[in-house]
Amino acid sequence: MIRTKRKKLSLKANEALLGWFFVLPALIGFSIFTFGAIIRSLYYSLTDWDLLTDPKFVGLKNFINIFTSDKYFFRYMGNTLFFVITLVPIVLALSLLLAVLVNKKSKGFSSKIYRVILFLPSITSTVAVSMVWMWILNPDMGLVNNLFAIFGLEGPAWLNDPSWAKPALVIMRVWQMCGYYMIMFLTGLQTIPDSLYEAAEIDGANKVQSFFSITIPMLANTTFAVVIMLVIEAFNMFESVFIMTSGGPLGSTSTMMYYIYEKSFIEYRMGYASALAWIFFIIIFVITLIQYKFRNERGGE
Amino acid sequence: MKRNGNRMGMNRRKKSANLLYHILMILLSIIMVYPFLWSALSSFKPVSELYVGSPLNFLPQNPTMENFNRLFEILPFGKMLFNSIFLSVVIPIGMIIVSSFTAYALARLDFKGRNIIFILFIAVMMVPSHVTTIPNYKTIIELKLINSYWALFLTSVFTAANSFNIFFFRQYFLTIPKDLENAAVIDGCSRFRVFIQIIMPNSKPAIATTAILSFRSVWNQFLFPMLVISDYDRLPITVGLKYLKEWEPNWAVLLAGSSLSIIPIVIVYLIFQKYFLQSNLSSGFGGT
Repeated sequence: MIRTKRKKLSLKANEALLGWFFVLPALIGFSIFTFGAIIRSLYYSLTDWDLLTDPKFVGLKNFINIFTSDKYFFRYMGNTLFFVITLVPIVLALSLLLAVLVNKKSKGFSSKIYRVILFLPSITSTVAVSMVWMWILNPDMGLVNNLFAIFGLEGPAWLNDPSWAKPALVIMRVWQMCGYYMIMFLTGLQTIPDSLYEAAEIDGANKVQSFFSITIPMLANTTFAVVIMLVIEAFNMFESVFIMTSGGPLGSTSTMMYYIYEKSFIEYRMGYASALAWIFFIIIFVITLIQYKFRNERGGE
Repeated sequence: MKRNGNRMGMNRRKKSANLLYHILMILLSIIMVYPFLWSALSSFKPVSELYVGSPLNFLPQNPTMENFNRLFEILPFGKMLFNSIFLSVVIPIGMIIVSSFTAYALARLDFKGRNIIFILFIAVMMVPSHVTTIPNYKTIIELKLINSYWALFLTSVFTAANSFNIFFFRQYFLTIPKDLENAAVIDGCSRFRVFIQIIMPNSKPAIATTAILSFRSVWNQFLFPMLVISDYDRLPITVGLKYLKEWEPNWAVLLAGSSLSIIPIVIVYLIFQKYFLQSNLSSGFGGT
């Protein structure tokens, strides 16, 4: 009796030891590159630092400057919000539509091919795709404006025009992002039992009615996940801006991510950039939290 | 007779609806594929031909390899392509090994502090990479890892992207019946062997998903490699494209470079499309 108990105890101690042994590599690595990095970043945000000399502690000066004397901060935050407000609803609606379209004949070979094709843009790197789109949107020789010319229309200068550069980026991002969220919606669609639609059909509901009274409510969880991910992705727009416009023309497409990059790795104002990074993170965090709260109030899980 | 006619009418309507559906889908497919095909084909066009940018001017009239020759002249693009492939295979393997071990301990091994550790790993999933980029850049300098692939390896394996994998693996391991491993433990099998020989072989779908998501994220890495790798021979192709764009004014060459970086991942995608299209299934938001 005692022996088995001791054996059990040692087994337990063994298990604990092994547990620590298994998590230790990740724990050490994360302590340096994630947990530690977060704390260091918070410290840097309270300093003046050019990367070469030692950081100089300045308290909340960076944060105060951002809110009181940095006109670019509000301007680029506005640009970022423009991308969020346009991209989120457009991608949400289109990817749901695409999911419904490819779900229609789930078992058919053709719908499988459509799925593979529609997902294609979202696997390629944003950098490469941005290069291709720069040429597609070229005002004189690009594909889009030449297509317009066939119909006798004169296309805008897209990326070179301060008022068209933002829509141009939105078009490219919508094209690239839809497929990914389509697959998420498709997964959700396939959990809806066919019997619901059959019952609705017997009750005389048409396709549009059953879309709004069955599909949309049954997809509430998926939609929530899609919106959360989509909002974060839209806020974090960087690579397409970096390659296609470098924030221009006249700063009309500079996002917060691009601004943080500029401040840190072009101007080497690491402390200021860290403060920007934290403000930006807190904004995204609060918005995500509001979305969770909104959903809880409406009776989600 | 009348009924029959009615049915025929319905059939016809169904047929035309079906036709309309396929026309719509083919149109959408063209929009998605055209930029890829068009840029791939354009990279074989001489510049003069490219600059007559009609969308109807699809196939190269006088195919040439000069764009690719120029491309390899400016930058070691073949080497960069190899680097990208190497990194997107090796780094995901590291990510999967570390995250699966950690996740197994968090799912199945009982030890003090387990819950706190789990919460810590999950909480950092929220923290975006732009917060950690600056301190990690400094850390890489301090560790003298500038220009080394270790810089990319460590910052991929030990950051938020991999904490998602930890979470994903843990949820998966929890669904594997406990009896399976208990039987082996009673037989005197060590936990380590249980993990390697029972748990991992039973987790193939989870491994496939994390492998594909990690592959995709490493292949697309841009900012951090750009910051820490300065040697052109060691750059991944995404960063190579950035330099190409800065130096080369000829768009035919730029399109050749872009196509070269797009084609390999498209091939991988077409081979493994089944896994790609499933890999977002349960993206950590509780399945549905």
